[in-house]
Amino acid sequence: MSALANPLMARLAEVRKSGDVAKIAEAIPYARWMRIAPENGTGELLTRMRYHDDLVGNTFLPAIHGGTLGAMLEMAAIFHLLWETDTETVPKIVNITVDYLRSARPVDVIACAKVTKQGRRMVNVYAEAWQDDRAKPVATANAHFLIKSDDAPPSL
Amino acid sequence: MTSPFSDRDQRIAFFQQWFSDTIPHSKALGLKIIAVRRGFGSMQLDWREELVGNPETGVLAGGPLTALMDSCCGMSVATMLTEPKPFATLDLRIDYVRPATPGKAVIAEAECYRVTHSVAFTRAFAHHGDPKDPIAAAAGTFMLGTKGEVTRPQSIGTEVKS
Repeated sequence: MSALANPLMARLAEVRKSGDVAKIAEAIPYARWMRIAPENGTGELLTRMRYHDDLVGNTFLPAIHGGTLGAMLEMAAIFHLLWETDTETVPKIVNITVDYLRSARPVDVIACAKVTKQGRRMVNVYAEAWQDDRAKPVATANAHFLIKSDDAPPSL
Repeated sequence: MTSPFSDRDQRIAFFQQWFSDTIPHSKALGLKIIAVRRGFGSMQLDWREELVGNPETGVLAGGPLTALMDSCCGMSVATMLTEPKPFATLDLRIDYVRPATPGKAVIAEAECYRVTHSVAFTRAFAHHGDPKDPIAAAAGTFMLGTKGEVTRPQSIGTEVKS
């Protein structure tokens, strides 16, 4: 199957021409629902999860649900791989380990990602999420993705 | 007086209220508690289009599974606490061993197998009904005695006997 048969890879090709990176997220239903989208930082791709009340996991503190932080770190890693590498398929996550460092307040969360090691089939990605102060991350993650299309596909 | 935990349906209804319906993100995902007892919790996540990660295949994104596993592991911790304590996820590892089947509900089963003074240890599997054919495996640790007030879900271990 051609890479462009995938709506997400077709969208990516369009975005490479227009430069409007936020549009990458529009092809992913879950990213739209969660209001997670990439944006151009100064010289790097950042991913933002816009705060909305459905993200809350603890109404007493209040704090954002840990599962949503893991989810947005995973999306940040995927957007990074799509945008910054020449992957021809949607990266397929193999595993992810999320460390929760601080309670996340009910405001936007921003994340960056970097490739720690790129192999022919497997890539190791590190991602970091923060709110107001980048020096105080709320969560970090390490994840592995398969980036070759002929391997058995785990979920996205 | 009968405890709400002696009757299975009442117990599930109670945990449904405190571990899904009153937690905005769990409610938004529509998490259903399907079993709970001391040291164990099981939750169901129904497939829906909004949760899809790959628009070509209809396979769920990793995110909803992460939230399901985190919630389910957290619930298993709550059943083990012998005194009310606030707690929070310290780390969570998820192995996605095969894609979830589009259209099918995902069931998570979590076990809290060890509780120390400061940390609770959990593991979980997610599947479509056959635990021998997992979609994902998780290992989560939780920090006990974190800041903030004890919430109702974080103090019910004292009441779960079976």
